[in-house]
Amino acid sequence: MKLPNTSANPVSRRVFAVGALSAVSALALSACGGDTKTTSTATATAADLAAGGATTITMWVDAERSPALKDIAAKFKADTGIEVKLVIKDFAAVRDDFITQVPTGKGPDLIVGPHDWVGKFVQNGVIAPVELGDKSSAFSKTSIKAMTFNGSTYGVPYSVENIALLRNTALLPAAVTTFDEVIAAGKGVVDSGKAKYAFLVGLDPKQGDPYHLYPLQTSMGSAVFGVDADGGYDPKQLILGEPAGVEFAKKLVEWGDSGSKVLNSNITGDIAKEEFKNGKSPYFLTGPWNVPDLQKAGIKLAVDPLPTAGDKPAQPFVGVNGFFISAKSANALATTEFVTNYLTTEAAQDSMFTAGGRPPALTASFTKASSDPIVAAFGKIGDNGVPMPAIPEMDAVWNDWGATELALIKGKGDPATDWPKMAATIKSKIGA
Amino acid sequence: MRVPQSTNDAGPAPRVTNGPTSPNGRATKNRAANSRHGMESLKSTMVKVVLLGLVDAFAVFVLITLFLSQSWLIMVIAAAVTLLINWIYLRKGGLPAKYLAPGVFFLVVFQVFVVLYSGYIAFTNYGDGHNSTKADAISAIQITAQKRVPDSPSFKTSVLKQNDELFLLFTNPDGTVSIGSTTKPLTAVTDAVLDGTGKAVSVPGYDTLNFAAIVANQNDILSISVPVSEDAAQGSLRTADGSTAYAFKPSMVYDAGTDTFTDVETGTTYTDNGEGAFASADGERLATGWKINVGFDNFVRAFTDPNLRAPLLNVIAWTFMFAITSVILTFGLGLFLAITFNRDDLRGKKIYRVLMILPYAFPAFLSGLVWSGILNPQFGWLNQTLLGGAEIGWLTDPILAKISVLVVNLWLGFPYMFLVCTGALQSLPAELDEAARMDGAGAWRVFRSIKLPLLLVSIAPLLIASFAFNFNNFNVIYMLTGGGPRFEDTTRDIGSTDILITLVYKVAFGQGTGRDYGLASALAIVIFIIVATVSAVSFKQTKALEEVNR
Repeated sequence: MKLPNTSANPVSRRVFAVGALSAVSALALSACGGDTKTTSTATATAADLAAGGATTITMWVDAERSPALKDIAAKFKADTGIEVKLVIKDFAAVRDDFITQVPTGKGPDLIVGPHDWVGKFVQNGVIAPVELGDKSSAFSKTSIKAMTFNGSTYGVPYSVENIALLRNTALLPAAVTTFDEVIAAGKGVVDSGKAKYAFLVGLDPKQGDPYHLYPLQTSMGSAVFGVDADGGYDPKQLILGEPAGVEFAKKLVEWGDSGSKVLNSNITGDIAKEEFKNGKSPYFLTGPWNVPDLQKAGIKLAVDPLPTAGDKPAQPFVGVNGFFISAKSANALATTEFVTNYLTTEAAQDSMFTAGGRPPALTASFTKASSDPIVAAFGKIGDNGVPMPAIPEMDAVWNDWGATELALIKGKGDPATDWPKMAATIKSKIGA
Repeated sequence: MRVPQSTNDAGPAPRVTNGPTSPNGRATKNRAANSRHGMESLKSTMVKVVLLGLVDAFAVFVLITLFLSQSWLIMVIAAAVTLLINWIYLRKGGLPAKYLAPGVFFLVVFQVFVVLYSGYIAFTNYGDGHNSTKADAISAIQITAQKRVPDSPSFKTSVLKQNDELFLLFTNPDGTVSIGSTTKPLTAVTDAVLDGTGKAVSVPGYDTLNFAAIVANQNDILSISVPVSEDAAQGSLRTADGSTAYAFKPSMVYDAGTDTFTDVETGTTYTDNGEGAFASADGERLATGWKINVGFDNFVRAFTDPNLRAPLLNVIAWTFMFAITSVILTFGLGLFLAITFNRDDLRGKKIYRVLMILPYAFPAFLSGLVWSGILNPQFGWLNQTLLGGAEIGWLTDPILAKISVLVVNLWLGFPYMFLVCTGALQSLPAELDEAARMDGAGAWRVFRSIKLPLLLVSIAPLLIASFAFNFNNFNVIYMLTGGGPRFEDTTRDIGSTDILITLVYKVAFGQGTGRDYGLASALAIVIFIIVATVSAVSFKQTKALEEVNR
């Protein structure tokens, strides 16, 4: 929620300018229509809206999501007379453009994006909190937790996204629970000659991929950051390097090139998808984004819970997409109204689901979407997940984390020394 | 607008032909020439008026926009530039200025300004956490410090108006109704009119604002803050959408007099630490800071930060090696092929030439990605098909990665050299070749002593340009290896194949340590100085080359 304060400019320059222009045009219009009755103070007109600098709300959105928002924007326009201008931006550039343009006053009123941008946005002072009040209970707990940063909610979530274990039911009809069982079952299929790989996960020969391996890591009791009293990630508690992490590191060597070769860093996401599509593996650890293509290729899919490598639950990182309001919106009240009372509706969340296929964050919409067993299964796994850390310090973690995991998978280095060394490096970077 | 009467700047007047013509005939011709001249100058004047009119119209539009956004300085500059352009094109004479003005204008806007702006950024700490002005930072900290009082109810809210003062009408979930404004404390209301949902919508004596009117007064409404009670811990009621209000209380309070923030709970004070952030006595900083000038700090950091210094020297050395080797290899291969395909008796020359140019026709970043796939250690076509399943880490071994980058860049770059060499070779007079052969020179001798020196005169500047291009050849490096494999002696994400420009990109757009535009700009300036020096020295050498040949 944006709450202005005395030190800030009470009326932004843009408001003044637009107001001045519209006052001129309003004068011109009223000069033409001499016989129209003057309206009472209580019922304002479009001219009043214009006087508040409020005829439009600008929203940055990518091409894929823009069509899904047209209906709800039209409804808002019909109800309030305020137009929501959907400006299509290249998704890759949205985050940085938003950070650089908000301070100039030329940024949008709101944007769409994943929740892990929030930390950067707060650090750069470009977004305002949104108080959802009672509405927050209508959303999945994970999604609200993800949108919460330093104890305030910063966005309205609309989708929850996480990875799961896909199983080709033609090769393996039954689900198993632990990673060892997964490997054993997969090996059985390979031995029978029906497949080439026991298990597939997209890694990267240059950087590794800690995101996809995280559920295995959490199942062994290792996480990246500890949590503070409010339940948010605490950058001062980097617990990645603790003994549980070293145990996981040892497992990486075991699964890697010098061991059972279950993890193969040369298999990129694209290669893994291609091989699974061709029925070369019974298992594929991936997210919902690959499901449509796989179904099109005629693979019969089952979504299994994430396999555990230790005695703890396997928690994936959950990415939550949502809507964020600019800290310098010249039209804050109307934008807040649109975000909290329109984008939180079932209709809006349904249409975002239809367009993107990602499990909705609104419980009512999710229940509807759950008629598809795949969406239901992904959603159920997401409920056990942990939000991807949004704190800016997380940026410093990925590179070293990925590089170290990669080296271990390749059988280079010693987990007992390299893993703590990685944690020390990250610590020195973030000053924890 | 003044339209010049003179026709001087339409070009020289057509020459009257001399010759044995009758006086009468000459007069006719003269008249005809004059009228044609008049037509042309009228036409050119019209074109000039229209073009200048369009430019002026655009300038007026820009000036109005600048006026409305109150950017006075830029407005004055824009007005001055507009006047200057009009003066240049409306005055008599001054022909060179008329040709140069558009070029200079665009040079200033797109090059000089950008360079100067980077120069300015290099002396600031602009980057993540230092994104805007101090006023913005203070306001952002205040916004984020407003926390909803835990377990406080949400109030349905209406906005009322009386004697030009705005009031908020709150309906407590338990049904009690109260009204208040910034100046009038919260008081209970008993005669409120409720709507179907139990929300109080009006009170006698007050006007209720509809949504449009609420939006029209949004800045006033957003600033209304009604204390719940005299106990500050219960917070103040505020609304963000005009229909719901919550009790908020700041976790952090700003005191403009002492320019400090105080944490309400712990009592810690945060003061301006002179580095563009508020920090407490024990060094803890508030996340949101602002942009300040830091003098030469960024340059000092580039060469003293241990995580940057060692890799930076490696990167500079490799950048030179990459650029020079790339030029030599592409030029060598391009020249060789150009000579080969320049033989008159070669059949199917055109087809070969088209095939040669293909790598040049693909976008470099696409080629980079394709090559990255070809060179994948296990699944790449090179290892799998050509080398029979060998697992060679073309992109993951430090030395092999350097070689791979050079080879791919050779593949990308030789067609250009092939093109320019072919052109230059074909422009060499055949007589020279013939004369040399008459004097008994062999093919190699002809090439070494005659063709190559002549070729270099025209191609040397292109080689320098090619060096400058490869020095900043971002696409190949970034798409192929992303700079990796990483160095082990640094915490930054810098690797064996990183060249300066990819390093700058990583620093600027935060691969791991947050975006740091200030440091990146400082490094960009270092690159500029290096490239400018090398180019200036080389061009001097080229001049010497020309003189030798003369």
